Amino acid sequence: MGILIDKDTRLLVQGITGSVGYFQTKQMQDFGTNVVAGVTPGKGGSKVNGVAVFDSVADAVDATKPDASVIFVPPRFAADAIYEACDSGIELIVCITEGIPVHDMMRVCAYLENSSSKLIGPNCPGITTPGGSKIGIMPNPIHRPGNVGLVSRSGTLTYEIIDLLSKAGIGQSTSVGIGGDPITGISFIEILRLFEEDPETHAVVMVGEIGGTAEQDAIDLIKQMSKPVFAYIVGVSAPPGKTMGHAGAIVSAGGGTALEKIQAFERAGITIGRSPEDIVRILKNII
Amino acid sequence: MMLHEHAAKDIFSKYGIPVPQSSLIVDAEDAKDCAMRLGKVVLKAQVATGGRGKAGGILTVATPQEAVQNARRILGMPIKGLRVKKLLVEEFVKPEKEMYLGITIDRKERCPIIMASSEGGMDIEEVARTSPEKILRMHIDPLTGVHDYQARAISQFLDKGNTALVDIIMKLYQVFTDNDCTLAEINPLALTERGVLALDAKMNIDENALFRQKFEEEEEDTPSATAKKNGMSYVALDGDIGCIVNGAGLAMALLDMIKHYGGEAANFMDVRAGANEEQMKIAMHLVSSNTNVKAIIVNIFGGITKCDEVARGIIDSGVKLPVVIRLTGTNEEDGKRMLEEHGMILASTSEEAAREAVALGHSHR
Repeated sequence: MGILIDKDTRLLVQGITGSVGYFQTKQMQDFGTNVVAGVTPGKGGSKVNGVAVFDSVADAVDATKPDASVIFVPPRFAADAIYEACDSGIELIVCITEGIPVHDMMRVCAYLENSSSKLIGPNCPGITTPGGSKIGIMPNPIHRPGNVGLVSRSGTLTYEIIDLLSKAGIGQSTSVGIGGDPITGISFIEILRLFEEDPETHAVVMVGEIGGTAEQDAIDLIKQMSKPVFAYIVGVSAPPGKTMGHAGAIVSAGGGTALEKIQAFERAGITIGRSPEDIVRILKNII
Repeated sequence: MMLHEHAAKDIFSKYGIPVPQSSLIVDAEDAKDCAMRLGKVVLKAQVATGGRGKAGGILTVATPQEAVQNARRILGMPIKGLRVKKLLVEEFVKPEKEMYLGITIDRKERCPIIMASSEGGMDIEEVARTSPEKILRMHIDPLTGVHDYQARAISQFLDKGNTALVDIIMKLYQVFTDNDCTLAEINPLALTERGVLALDAKMNIDENALFRQKFEEEEEDTPSATAKKNGMSYVALDGDIGCIVNGAGLAMALLDMIKHYGGEAANFMDVRAGANEEQMKIAMHLVSSNTNVKAIIVNIFGGITKCDEVARGIIDSGVKLPVVIRLTGTNEEDGKRMLEEHGMILASTSEEAAREAVALGHSHR
């Protein structure tokens, strides 16, 4: 089962005719995702990999009734693409685009609060339910169906952990990358709540990093959860004031160091892994 | 990206936020004319960093002679690694009261936040620690912007509803949104006999918004600047193990693992999606240009990365340092074979790569 998506999810791809959109659509189809439509303004009527392309999300929704959308459009058009998906009533919007201005994202998030749409990302690898569906860009071969839920702020680090888990025989219910920007849609807390309710998920791995307090904000919830949550937080060796790749990964004067986060988790009695392999060792011991 | 004070003040001026009179100079001799015209002046080093005052980059001088002497001293001095190339010569205005006004982004609430304090002129973080009751925080709805009543409440808190302050708060918010700021700050915002004046100005601009903003970045010849030009991200660190990684999270994780095994990374480097032959060559040259580097780790975890291209880039870079490589993706076997033929060390996980590189770094000391 997993959370948010399953094999019946009908996916719309915004920016399907771009090189990334095109390539990743093929990858998602290979994974088993039901891609029902694509949108690129001005390219309506064409086809990409057997998928019908429309000029607008509204047209695509009328014709194909998607229930999720993935966005591969460049940063300057990405906010508009999110508004368009939201205004067309798409419930789940996954934005892969990196480099969207933070002012755009503040307005987008405020706008989405008055709608029924959920946003994953931006600047994220998306969401994958092994054996079900994949929305986004996580590599296909690393996943294995199982009962560990994974939620993370990063991309390739998430892939490495998934890969190690799978090779150790530990499958995943759903893996979600919530994005590395300072302002993102869905939060750790919302994903953790969904994992708590999901019967397929027996344990959760949460991967955090420097910057902000999104990790600490989830501690109260983790303490109330019936399922074990294991955390891994990177950036212990990051110097203050420097942006470490992700726009959101910066230790600012107000806090947000990895050590502060790790200490807060330890004080709350939550098990912390020190490396991806350490996380796998911890999970192996409890399964 | 942090703007120089003079650039931020120019913008403030355009929006009608009052600032003292000033001139920007690059030649110390010009300080004389400025001082003759403006009287008692403040010399302010124009570098994009905090702590200018403590470093001796801000001085008040009374005479044109003193102005020139001190301008000579400040121009060219290094402040936190940045050389002072420009000096702002500004009329001295005696503050009767110093306040703080800043707008930044509250990540948790996902909206702008205005912070105001009647204790200006000092480090606002320090005020927040010692007397938090002296700071007013107000969240702003990004869809509507700041309301008049909110600006009035802030003004009430700062100076009994001073209407000039209401106006400045509204204008600063406009500066903040129009220019894609992540921070727009006036510290100190001073009450003077000439009314309210912004004695300092700080603006940080969201680099993701530079496609629609026209700020000129200072030309720099640093590895970070070169990396940025090539769509990568580089941060210099103090250790001796060079790192080239795709993905910021994985890169941070690798630095932590190196530390865990008793080493220190020489840099953070995220090559993003650019793990191809040309990008790898550039990355190898950048990382090895740091003479402290004793060994390099390349850690590429990619679903679609072409491993043979990455391998060719590493080999063709001609870098002679020991290299440990962890590589996954398409054409993985080809890539790995090429690397092994060139005597490079392969690792199957990040942790293994970190362990190997730390050992190599130690043996090359």
